[in-house]
Amino acid sequence: MSFLTLTHLEKTFGQNRVVKDFSLSIAKGEFISLLGPSGCGKTTVLRMVAGFETPTSGGITIDGRDVTGLRANARNIGMMFQAYALFPNMTVADNVGFGLKVKGAPRAEREARVAEMLKLIGLSDLGGRFPFQLSGGQQQRVALARALAPRPSVLLLDEPLSALDAKVRVSLRNEIRQIQQELGITTIFVTHDQEEAMSISDRIVVMNGGVADQVGAPFDIYNRPRTRFVANFVGTLNTFDVQVTDPAQGRVTLAGQSLTLPDAPLASSVGQTLSVALRPEALRLGRLPDAEALLTARVTDVHFMGSVIRLKAEMAGALVSLDTFNRPDAPPPVVGSEVEVSLSGRDFIVLQG
Amino acid sequence: MTRFFAWAAFLLGSLFFLLPLIGMTEFSLKARRGEYSFDAYMRVFEDQRFWDTFSYSLILAAATIVVGVFLVVPTAYWVRLKLPQARPVIEFITLLPLVIPAIVIVFGYIRLYNTSSFLPMTGSALGTDILLTMGYTTLALPYMYRSVDTGLRTIDVGTLTEAAQSLGAGWVTILARIILPNVMVAVLSGAFLTLAIVLGEFTMAALLNRPAFGPYMQLLGANRAYEPPALAVIAFAITWGCMGLMQLVTRLSKHERAKA
Ligand SMILES: Nc1ncnc2c1ncn2[C@@H]1O[C@H](COP(=O)(O)OP(=O)(O)O)[C@@H](O)[C@H]1O
Ligand SMILES: [Mg+2]
Repeated sequence: MSFLTLTHLEKTFGQNRVVKDFSLSIAKGEFISLLGPSGCGKTTVLRMVAGFETPTSGGITIDGRDVTGLRANARNIGMMFQAYALFPNMTVADNVGFGLKVKGAPRAEREARVAEMLKLIGLSDLGGRFPFQLSGGQQQRVALARALAPRPSVLLLDEPLSALDAKVRVSLRNEIRQIQQELGITTIFVTHDQEEAMSISDRIVVMNGGVADQVGAPFDIYNRPRTRFVANFVGTLNTFDVQVTDPAQGRVTLAGQSLTLPDAPLASSVGQTLSVALRPEALRLGRLPDAEALLTARVTDVHFMGSVIRLKAEMAGALVSLDTFNRPDAPPPVVGSEVEVSLSGRDFIVLQG
Repeated sequence: MTRFFAWAAFLLGSLFFLLPLIGMTEFSLKARRGEYSFDAYMRVFEDQRFWDTFSYSLILAAATIVVGVFLVVPTAYWVRLKLPQARPVIEFITLLPLVIPAIVIVFGYIRLYNTSSFLPMTGSALGTDILLTMGYTTLALPYMYRSVDTGLRTIDVGTLTEAAQSLGAGWVTILARIILPNVMVAVLSGAFLTLAIVLGEFTMAALLNRPAFGPYMQLLGANRAYEPPALAVIAFAITWGCMGLMQLVTRLSKHERAKA
């Protein structure tokens, strides 16, 4: 049973069709990310849910109630912005309590809820501070507490981590996810950072030019991207051209090696060229017994990143990225050396569109 | 070398401004033959009309400030939020009082609201006071609007509004609890300017025949020798006091913001 539904949402600014036939249904307690490049309409979708933009057509329901024409301040929605947007004239406690005060909650109830929220975000001691006395990460946590205090039915976050530095970004995103799961609140999270989206979402909506290209769990989006756009936008990709030898069995050749693709039967004929892709971790260094094919590659670049070593190499006429785990007993190959690379047809992604 | 000229220009300007002031102050202290005294000041302070007109103008200044704030803050907020493209137009309108002489405005008032008109405001003291307050509000509009608009520029009006709306707040709550407190410094500096304008205003009060401070200064100036410069010094002190307060408020808030 879906809790929040968006049906055939359209938004046009002047001549500019920014959101096109956007439909999505979100279960109660689900954490959904809208992922896409800047300008693809993520914020516009979120603002329509919040009530800050009126859809040109289409509808929005929350918990079975049609809210399409409802004013923003009557929707009971929690919102977090990239720019924190804390009220500068109020203390942290007053910021968090603002929603309850507007609703006319009695003072005692308000104070209890504020204390509970401050405890939730780990800032119990800072209730008396003003926003300008806090770090960016702290301000954004206060913004989260403020959004959650009035018990909203939906939580909307518009790139809330973009203004923070890398370390805080990672710890705060985990904190947001943990609090979201604890409260079981239905959440839409907007980001252009694919790693962020994959690490905390139940499902991801990859958006491209106002359209939802693909909706799915992070695992599916990453491993089974349906369009070239999704494949390229989510993660790194090595693309190859292969020749079809047996479409019914899904057999192709790459640099003289025979491979069996996972999406058989293929919608192409013998001798045709097909564009396929492989993730960096599907190219495995060394001669592996379970691999279908073995190719040699010349290393052109080595990036030691700690637990992972990312190599750039020339292989089968293409420049590829190749990820391998660090092992204390085996130093990485040196630039210019020849290495053996194992690969299997089942790891390939057949790109359409 | 450039420093020398800068200082020279500054000194010259100061002399141009200060000499008349010093001369006036000196003269105001010479009410008693042969020695300096505060006699002229004493006589001004002993004059009941000084206190009457001063308090009358003070009350009208307060009314003007209240009306100005209620008029300007929501307008400037709304323009910033919803009609940013209309800002030049609004700015032009708020500048009109600087271009149109007060005498034109007040004659307009008298023609429109005289005792035989559809709204005989000048028929009663209260009606005339209201009219005068409106006139003062118009005169103060350029200063009030500019300082409030500048104040609004320092906050993210759009995002703060949306944050408040998502928390359930309506327009009145947003204006009273979020916008106004955040532009309070700007409102205060606008208020002090308004106070200075109202205390010194002559044309409107005189033509509407109200017992304000401006006409009193004029009356005294026409009939006495030592009291007018004394009064001028007092008026200067009040105006400078206002400017000092303005500085102080701005300084304090800057100090607060600097910690951000
Ligand atoms: N109020 C508006 N008026 C006109 N165009 C807008 C407005 N808001 C957004 N747009 C346009 O809509 C497109 C999508 O914007 P947005 O939803 O903010 O994208 P994203 O959040 O994915 O970066 C952009 O091209 C932007 O210029
Ligand atoms: Mg955006």
